[in-house]
Amino acid sequence: MKHPRTIAIALCILAASSAARAQERFITLASTTSTEQSGLFDMLLPAFKSATGINVRVVAVGTGQALAIGARGDADALLVHDRTGEDKFIADGHGLDRRDVMFNDFVLIGPKNDPAKIRGLKDAKQAFLLIAKSSSPFASRGDDSGTHRMELRFWKTAAVDLSGKPNWYRELGQGMGPTLNTAAAMNAYVLADRATWANFKNRADLDILMQGDLALYNPYGSILVNPSKGAHIKAADAKIWHEWLTAAPGRATIASFKINGEQLFFPLPETPTN
Amino acid sequence: MNDFSSAFGAALDLIIRLDTELLDIVLLSLRVSLSAAALGFVIGAPCGAALALWRFPGRRLMIALANALLGLPPVVVGLFIYLLLTRSGPLGALGWLFTPAAMIFAQTVLTLPIIIALSHRACEAIWGQHGDSLLVTGASRLRALPVVFAMARIGLITAFIAAFGRAIAEVGAIIVVGGNIRSYTRTMTTAIALETSRGDLALALGLGLILISISLMISSAALWFAPGDGRR
Repeated sequence: MKHPRTIAIALCILAASSAARAQERFITLASTTSTEQSGLFDMLLPAFKSATGINVRVVAVGTGQALAIGARGDADALLVHDRTGEDKFIADGHGLDRRDVMFNDFVLIGPKNDPAKIRGLKDAKQAFLLIAKSSSPFASRGDDSGTHRMELRFWKTAAVDLSGKPNWYRELGQGMGPTLNTAAAMNAYVLADRATWANFKNRADLDILMQGDLALYNPYGSILVNPSKGAHIKAADAKIWHEWLTAAPGRATIASFKINGEQLFFPLPETPTN
Repeated sequence: MNDFSSAFGAALDLIIRLDTELLDIVLLSLRVSLSAAALGFVIGAPCGAALALWRFPGRRLMIALANALLGLPPVVVGLFIYLLLTRSGPLGALGWLFTPAAMIFAQTVLTLPIIIALSHRACEAIWGQHGDSLLVTGASRLRALPVVFAMARIGLITAFIAAFGRAIAEVGAIIVVGGNIRSYTRTMTTAIALETSRGDLALALGLGLILISISLMISSAALWFAPGDGRR
């Protein structure tokens, strides 16, 4: 008995010492996996902290979940990409002052031998149609994320019927990274945001086959969680973040983020607020 | 084979550079999982002993329950704790969500069934052999408890190690309630999950190797300190 007790006492001291850590100034930001996994925050957050002294704690989840976290009052601000969901979030009274921040774009990735022959196409709808026609394996996020919703819109505009659950269409129910891992293992086509792809290491035989269609552009919005969610919402510091991100310093930092010399996020001009 | 050798390379590289971010991640993992196993032990071991020494209604049901909950999926525990701790939930006022406190809370819940089930088994074996003589010497069951604990110490240490092992290895619960926030709630396992999703499989596996080594050291240390196992 003596030793478990010694261990327990040691642990209580350990726990107490860490709890006594100095209080730091911070806000909680609910955001998407693409911004985290691309490494954008590794550049953005230190720049913001050195300018303002405020630490940003990022919880990176799918856009749908990020909106849900905000609606529960568990974050102070959001940085997400689903315009329809964002507008509903504001209309429901959960958030305030939605502003354009930046956009990135999606790319169609597939095996280098390109069985569906989509390489170099300029029309994403056409590319989706060819993948379906050739019954080439396609890895879908299948998780109701912003990316998944965009993919479903393309199938719809290309008039591809997935209701029969065709064998080539594989719904994974995973985030962007795990979906890319699986696509690499299956040699499948996949729709991915450029930033996650640029930072993705396990590419196997996959490559970008189709890009540049305007329909593949993807805007990000910054939203303040409504302070009516409770006194715990750090409204003042969240507003400092919101202003910084959408003004010159934040936009310059976003534009300077590059992977292998390639710019991945493009700041959007400030939108008039209403 | 190339993947495995580059994993070893990545692990060695992180250790040799004494990467400060890695150090923080390791310390947080240890702090969270050791705290959870210790809390689980302080609460669970007396419960397990009580189930072994006393007879009361519902006892068999509680034993069955503790054993059934050994298979409790971490992500379900995480979701449950999340709904308790969210600002709009019953314990929202604590402000624990997305903090290490929430992670300790979730892992404590995960370790409890293991500690109760294993300490019950350990104490029951001792009580079956020595219970009568302990009561004959005039002690009440409550008085006999410290003696039973002392005799069952090897089993109790096993319970602690098993609980710690479950806590340090799980990712489902802490990623939901901790949020995997860099340099605040990122642990070994959530970092591994992140690096896997970034497709950096070598780094992910390298972190896994470090996790296994640390887990091995903790378990050996716990066994080393266990008295009466013939080594000293």
